[in-house]
Amino acid sequence: MSTGWTREQMAARTAHDIPDGSYVNLGIGIPELVAKFVPQGREFIYHTENGMLGMGPPPADDERDLDLINAGKKYVTALPGAAYFHHADSFSMIRGGHIDVCVLGTMQVAENGDLANWSTGAADAIPAVGGAMDLVQGVKNIYVITQHTTKTGEPKLVEKCSYPLTGPGVVSRIYTNLAVVDVTPAGFQVIELAPGVTFEQVRSRTGASILPPQ
Amino acid sequence: MIDKRCPSVADAVADIPDGAVVMVGGFGASGSPIELIHALIDHGATGLTVINNNTGNGEVGLAALIGNGQVSKMICSFPRSSQSRVFPKLYREGKIELEIVPQGTLAERIRAAGAGIPAFYTPTTVGTILADGKELRQFDDRTYVMEPWLKADFALIKSEIADPLGNLTFNKTARNFSPLMCMAATTTIVQTKQLVPAGDIDPEHVITPGIFVDRIVEVSRPVHEDTLIAAGRSYP
Repeated sequence: MSTGWTREQMAARTAHDIPDGSYVNLGIGIPELVAKFVPQGREFIYHTENGMLGMGPPPADDERDLDLINAGKKYVTALPGAAYFHHADSFSMIRGGHIDVCVLGTMQVAENGDLANWSTGAADAIPAVGGAMDLVQGVKNIYVITQHTTKTGEPKLVEKCSYPLTGPGVVSRIYTNLAVVDVTPAGFQVIELAPGVTFEQVRSRTGASILPPQ
Repeated sequence: MIDKRCPSVADAVADIPDGAVVMVGGFGASGSPIELIHALIDHGATGLTVINNNTGNGEVGLAALIGNGQVSKMICSFPRSSQSRVFPKLYREGKIELEIVPQGTLAERIRAAGAGIPAFYTPTTVGTILADGKELRQFDDRTYVMEPWLKADFALIKSEIADPLGNLTFNKTARNFSPLMCMAATTTIVQTKQLVPAGDIDPEHVITPGIFVDRIVEVSRPVHEDTLIAAGRSYP
């Protein structure tokens, strides 16, 4: 039985759906890999919440600038044509609907597009929301990239999120290791299966009803 | 003659009282005014409410201020990170209060205070537990939550170039919340890497106009939090 796409393949599959000329914000983790797989002939401009458009790849160790980091606090570079700005301008780009696509990781996504990716709600958990709630409300298209299940095999695509929400009804498309899934008025709809993966395999690992590819 | 220069970081923070609300510029290590924070540790004011995106790293800068027991409440968007140990420990022991604010809302609340706007509406947090108890209102068929301005008594800021009038520039992503905090605090204290005569900064290149700044201290070779942590340093 196929385990489907690797992390890199998931990222490449996501990048494939992003139109040329898009302003894109990438979350921390697997979403960061999307930047490595920009399809030939397309240009994306990356936004990082902490104040830059035109973010480039990580620098060589000896070319780091300690004051040039991304939202995940990793060292990055500035591409020709980059711009720096303060946090209110940065989040005006987000809230004002100027960013085209945001790719986020998640803990759970519900069949109505509810996203839960900031807190488990556990008593000893330290809540940490960062910019996630702003991004999901302001960016035009919210894509989620995630393993189809947790490390212990629990579904991440569910009827209703059990964790506290980041935002209600905000997700439009989900890229997992097994499939590409749209959030539709009728619920989860598989639009593409990873090579060697069957619809039954996807359905058995999904915690909600899910429609087969048409 | 307007001259906002201050002789030392110790002088610059000397009047911060116990219980003050203090904004600290920076996003993680980038833009963190380490020398001003360490001067505040030496000064010893306690019961502080501190506003920053994070809660510091390692055992220097903001983490050291918290670890020294001077902070009773943090207002931030993301209180944990890979190098953040001091805050999580005190929080789990119930020794420090936390107000969690989404990053864009945090920035806008600070900006609103600086602009004299007491509150604003945003869709951020609608439908989540962070909107519990807050006023909701419809505009154009969408629901928004009201968020109040966020003011401070003092702001501690790191700049790249400043002049005696308080005009500032910043370095790359070290800018982050700093221009907003300069506007929102009653007294804004700035450490700058380079202090130049008025007129040396091209008016087209001023990021924070001097009207938002009260005190300038030159710290010509600022230490960087990442460098201190890599060297295993702690403060005091």
